[in-house]
Formats: sequence, structure tokens, C-alpha cells
Amino acid sequence: MAHSHQASGVQSARLSASEIAENFTDLHPAYKTHEAVVAADRCYFCHDAPCMTACPTSIDIPQFIREIQGGHPESAARTILEQNILGGMCARVCPTETLCEEVCVREVAEGKPVEIGRLQRYATDALMARGVHPFERAASTGKRIAVVGAGPAGLSAAHRLAMLGHDIVLYERRAKSGGLNEFGIAAYKSTQDFAAQEVQWLLEIGGITVEYGQSLGDQLSLDALNATFDAVFLSIGLGGVNALNTSGEDLDGVRDAVEFIAELRQASDLTALPVGRDVVVIGGGMTAIDAAIQSKLLGAENVTIAYRRGRDAMGASRFEQDLAASKGVKLMFNVMPMSITGTGAVQQIELEYTQIDEGRVTGTGETVQVNADQVFKAIGQTLTGQPQALALERRKIKVDDNGKTSVMGVWAGGDCASGGDDLTVTAVAEGRDAAMDIHTSLMG
Amino acid sequence: MADLTTEFLGITSPNPFWLASAPPTDKEYNVRRAFEAGWGGVVWKTLGAEGPPVVNVNGPRYGAVWGADRRLLGLNNIELITDRPLEVNLEEITRVKKDYPDRAIIVSLMVPCEEQAWKDILPRVEATGADGIELNFGCPHGMAERGMGSAVGQVPDYIQMVTEWCKKYYSKPVIVKLTPNITDIRFPARAAKAGGADAVSLINTINSITSVNLDSMAPEPTIGGKGTHGGYCGPAVKPIAMNMVAEIARCPQTHGMPISAIGGVTTWRDAAEFIALGAGNVQVCTAAMTYGFKVVEEMISGLSAWMDEKGHASIQDFMGSAVPNVTDWQYLDLNYVTKARISEADCIQCGRCYAACEDTSHQAIAMSADRVFTVKDEDCVACNLCVNVCPVEGCITMEEIPAGETDLRTGEVVSDTHGDWTTHPNNPSVQAAE
Repeated sequence: MAHSHQASGVQSARLSASEIAENFTDLHPAYKTHEAVVAADRCYFCHDAPCMTACPTSIDIPQFIREIQGGHPESAARTILEQNILGGMCARVCPTETLCEEVCVREVAEGKPVEIGRLQRYATDALMARGVHPFERAASTGKRIAVVGAGPAGLSAAHRLAMLGHDIVLYERRAKSGGLNEFGIAAYKSTQDFAAQEVQWLLEIGGITVEYGQSLGDQLSLDALNATFDAVFLSIGLGGVNALNTSGEDLDGVRDAVEFIAELRQASDLTALPVGRDVVVIGGGMTAIDAAIQSKLLGAENVTIAYRRGRDAMGASRFEQDLAASKGVKLMFNVMPMSITGTGAVQQIELEYTQIDEGRVTGTGETVQVNADQVFKAIGQTLTGQPQALALERRKIKVDDNGKTSVMGVWAGGDCASGGDDLTVTAVAEGRDAAMDIHTSLMG
Repeated sequence: MADLTTEFLGITSPNPFWLASAPPTDKEYNVRRAFEAGWGGVVWKTLGAEGPPVVNVNGPRYGAVWGADRRLLGLNNIELITDRPLEVNLEEITRVKKDYPDRAIIVSLMVPCEEQAWKDILPRVEATGADGIELNFGCPHGMAERGMGSAVGQVPDYIQMVTEWCKKYYSKPVIVKLTPNITDIRFPARAAKAGGADAVSLINTINSITSVNLDSMAPEPTIGGKGTHGGYCGPAVKPIAMNMVAEIARCPQTHGMPISAIGGVTTWRDAAEFIALGAGNVQVCTAAMTYGFKVVEEMISGLSAWMDEKGHASIQDFMGSAVPNVTDWQYLDLNYVTKARISEADCIQCGRCYAACEDTSHQAIAMSADRVFTVKDEDCVACNLCVNVCPVEGCITMEEIPAGETDLRTGEVVSDTHGDWTTHPNNPSVQAAE
């Protein structure tokens, strides 16, 4: 028998299978061909286009949109994929509202950008539907390169290096590739197992051997990799999660948001996935938003995001905030957790109102109690398990503009490395650029 | 409220919107629906001579050109004249005219280029009570291969001859419909006038191939793997039609001759423009074929509203008002100097003006690192391309440089007197005359 919104505690089956299915459909459904052509026609083909500059992977957006207009989505896809091999996923998960679409002249002029993300999806879907990989490998160079971590940065680097003729061993600590594309990111942004399909398609370039269950510091050591391979690229992500350091953090029902999201992404039956009646998410980034919205979509009655600063400081974009609000998530700003209480399991969380003094968050002394039978922590992730030899910068692996670390022969990119935002598209760019630098270094 | 009642060749209709001779006016059923919808008149689809009617193809007879959202921009057709018996058409015309005495009914005709053929049909048409005839000298496909339609319209002597026969055997107004598939529209117009025509109507459709199917390697519309040129019409042909109307309106030999304008009329504005260029009314086909007869309502309300705004009480008030301003290039004032001005407040920074000017014009727009676009007066020739490619209407404008100021491009002070090519020192004929 199905539970309802009102059932207390952490419960599965709050909604029927059909309600769940409807809740988790594509956030931005795929365009039909006519829709795509009409959407493409809105592009002004700007000179030195701002969208292209805003794209971390510098996709030639006016060009690919023009190719859609011309009736060649597959050519458009090539234009995209030459710059960003994970263009299919980026079309789904990029915060376009803060990247290409934010600077689209039509957004500036009318508040209605060309829907670049959806057009990109239309193009990449069309090409992938043909079931052919669009790139060919160059003649073998005989060089072997280790890539550690099969997330966006690692996949991007591996693909580019394989394309250039190198042989790649891609090490992944989990049993599946994709990194956050597979284990992070809201399910409604990557429906129908797209992340896994994209990896499969990407690997069709050839020359990439994936080895699972291989973790740096356990099965792998940087010294051994550096000695065995011609180059090493590290894309190990951020394995740790920041703690709240609040009393009651160890109560049942308090857990990391990333873990919840990963479990949700891997669940074969979402009605079997338990969620609280009263869910509180601590944090203000995309992880917090994804955890909150999906809790609501699973049938939680009350979902609250508690963020310690104001709306403008929130890591999640206004679009994502509004999306959460539209799903019924309550956004609380300028509140921080004081204590989590309950008998055995969490029952309440006490939040203290905050003010910002010279950039620092301080409590005002005023508090509020919020019912909670589930609390998700989403206050940031940290680098863990990195080799001692690597110099760090702001608690990440220090890299130069080309992804070179402080250790000769070792490059790094993605969330674990010091450059750029922690976005899929940035990781892809860093993987690609490090690959080009590795290639230049190896081939002279 | 402005009065749209139109008197054309003494034929009164409640508004200047007539349906052109075409499929929408092929039979009683359609014409009754058109009149109920509010159309001022119809030109009944072209009748042929007595005998077995023509046959049409049984494959597609239309092809089209579309904009991005499938807005129909141009249509072509390979349909022939009516394929219904002459007697049936004549009976229907008689009935409809009797029921709608306030609407104009003109009968379009196309019979062989022999006096007897015209002598035979004209009395029968006269007997219907229709208000006049229109001679189809325009259709560029099918019938032209049989020596009719545009085959006649392309030979001024034939136009004059046939028009004379019609004036001889028919007592009511004779309108000659002209084909645009010629080099200079004034020649057939003069021939029509010489033959005694009461008016000309133009344009008929333009020879065209709308697209080529790259799989079958055949032009569209394709019939059994082959295609032929069809007659092009719709919004795309309006500029061509307007020029031809204006040429006839301003030609000294044909000036003042009544014109029924045809070619891409889709909204009231199109009609107003044609009338300003000298037309006495307009004929519509593609807009009706695209949207149905109801489109006439916007044409009527829009024209009426605009006339009220401008204080025009009737069509006559602005008919031909733009004709004196259509001139030859040689008379354009070379001392009229303008420069493009880009409104930074309206600019959305797309850079199209810059790309267009830098790549294809005069390198007269500067682009700053923060995407501010500025016109370089020393290079701007005022070509207007930036205005035309700018997606924001009114963002780029042309500003007149007042007399007495210096044109930074030429270094010359702008003159306050008219100066055109006819007196320009670079004109060889000017020097020859000295």
C-alpha cells in the first residue's frame, strides 16, 4: 500500500509509480525538428558572438545553430563535439542561464534567449541516434597515458588523447564511468540512462581501456603510474563532503546530499527509494537544489532549503532557485544550523538567523525550529586522497593554465584541480586542454 | 470612418479588395463565400473558348517558398484556366451577379488569338450581366505553349490587336492583365492603351521554379519525376509588382490609365502602398489561398483605420500620391548626405552591422572591446546596409547632414542646392554638351 505525503519518517512509495514517472520526466524535453528550426531562426548569428565567449568549451554556437537551420543537425553536432565531446550531457546540465544564454543578445534585449542548450541537445541527439561515432583516431603514437577518474574531465581527456593516437588506460574507482554525470546531477536532467549511453558512445573512438575499482591511494599510486605511463592525467573529483559540525549530525536521517543523489540516480525503482516527510537541505549550491527538488518529486510533503547567506550569494542560479520554488520547495535565506535534535532519528533542526558582517556570516541570536525527519548536508565537497607529492592551491590540486601539476608528467583537471568553476562543461574544457598539452609535451 | 467604396472604371464595389482570377474564383460556391466574407469584387477565373475544357495535371500543381516557421512567402502554380465547361461558368456568373449587384464581377478570358474566337465568346459574356472583362495575357505556363496567355502578353502588337477586338465586340470595360515576364512593362501597357483598354491589371505570375528536390533531382512541384516552370506569386513578388505599377503610373504615355494592382497583397498596408503608387484597386489571391477568405476583414479594418488616422475620406484622396516621388536615378539629389547613427541605448550588441559593413561594405563601423558600435563618418557612404541587417527596428537610423556642414568622407561642405547626375561634372554627357 502506498504511503502518502503525510506519512511520517523516511518512507518509500510516497507517490505512485505513474506520479513518480511524470515527476522525473525531462526538464527540457527534446525539440521536434520543426521546433528546432524555428528556435534556430531566432539566432542573430552575432559577430564575435558573446555566447561563444561565455562557453567554457568555446563551442562555435552561431555556426552550429546555422547548421541546424540548414537542415544538418549532424554537422551541427560535429561543430559542438569538436570542442566538447560531452556536448550531449552539457546540453542537458549546463547552467546555460549563467553561461551562453545569459549573454545571448536576445536575453539582454528581450529576456528570451535563443535556447542554445536545447538546440545543442537537438543536434547531439540527432548524431548519437545515428549510432556512429563521428571522430577517427590518428595513427598510433605508441604513447601510453593513464587517466585517473572517469568523470567529465577524465572522459574528455581520454577521448582527445585517444583521438590523437595515444593509448589510454582510464582508471575508475567505482564500477561505472561517468562521474557526476552518472552519480550526481538531477535525474530529470539526464533521463533514459543518457550518461551511460554517452560514455559508451564516447568510448567508440577506440584506444581507451577502462579499469574499474581502481582508486588512487589504494590500487594505484602516482609514482607507479608516472613510472609506467608516458603521462598521467588526474581527474579524481572531490571525494569528501564537508561536515556541519553541529550537534546531532550523527542522528539517523542526517546524511550527505551527494550520497542521496547518487543513490537516486542508480535506483532502478524510484518508488522504492525512501524520503522524509519533512526534509531540510543545508546548503546553497546545485547539490542542495538537486537534493531538495528530487525529495519533493519523490513525495516529501515539506522541503526546505536552508542557506546561510542571502539569495544573491547562492551558488545555484536564479533559474534553479525558481525551479525549486515551482516544485514547492521553500527557500530560507540567512539561516544556519544550530543543532539537530531527535530521539534516535532526527525530528527537528534549529536554525539561527544570520547577518553578514564584512563578508562573514554571524548569528543574530534569533532561532527557529523546523520539523525534519530527514536532513541533507550540501555545504560543499573537498579533495581527498590526493598524492602527497602534489602541490595544492586553495585545497585543490594546483595546476597551470594547461593543467600541469607541480609533478613532472602529471596533469590534472576537473573539480579536483584549482582552475575554473566546478561545472561539467568546465571539466570537459580542462580535460581537453590538458590532453592537448600532454600531446604537445609528448610529441614535441 | 473612412469610406472604402471604390469606383473603378465606373464599377462600384464596397471596398478596393477584389479576388484575382485564380482558383478562389473558379466557381459559384467559392465566389458566394467570398462575397459573404466581404470581398468587394472578384475576377472570375479565366474562361476559355467553347469546346472540350482544358485538363489539369493530376499531380501537385503548387510549389512554395517558406520562412522559418513555415510562413508562406511565395507560391507558384502550374494550374491552367478553368477546366469546367464554358456554359456552366456563364450560368453561374449570371446567377451570382444577380444575387450580388453591389459587388464587382469581372470575367477573365483567354481564347485563341483569332478575331472569330473573341467575337464568339464576348456576347455570351456580356449576357451574364458581369461588370467587365479582363484579358488574361499573363499566364506563363501551359496556355502560353498554345499561343495564349503570356505568349500574347509578350508581343505588344498582339495585345493591341486583341484589345481592339474586345472593344469592338463588348460594350463594358476591358481590363488587360499584363505579364511581368518581359523586359519593360511600359511597352505592353502602351499597347493596351493603344488598343483602347480601359485599364491594365498587373502583375500576373512570374516564371519560376520554387525548389529542386535533391533526391529525385527534379523541380518542385514534381509530376512523375518531371516539373515545369510555374507562375510565382505571394508576398515575395510584391516589390517587383510595385515597381511595374509605378513604371506605368509615371510613364507620360500611360499616366492616368486606371490600374488594378496585383502582387503579394497580404495586409491593408500592401494595398495602401499600391494605391499610393497609382492603383485604383487591388486584387488578391495568395493571401486568400493561404489564410482563407476571412483575411479581407483585416484588410478592410486596417485600411480604414489608417485612412482615418491620415484624414483620408476616400481612396481617391491618396491614390497616386507617391507617384511624383518615383523618379529616375539620374534625378536623385547627390547633395543629400546622410550618415548612419547607431543608438547605443537600443543596440543589443549583436554586431551584425559591424560584420556587414566590415566584410561587405565600407568598413565604416568601429567595434570596441565592450561591443559598442560606432559609425565612422569619414568612411560611411550611407548605404543603409547596417539599417537593413540590424534586428532592432529603429536602432540604426540615417541622419541627414545639414547644408553647410562638412561631409567627413568627402571633405566637402554639404550644399543646400539640388545637384544630380544630369549636372554632375563626372557625367560625360554633361562635358560633351559644353
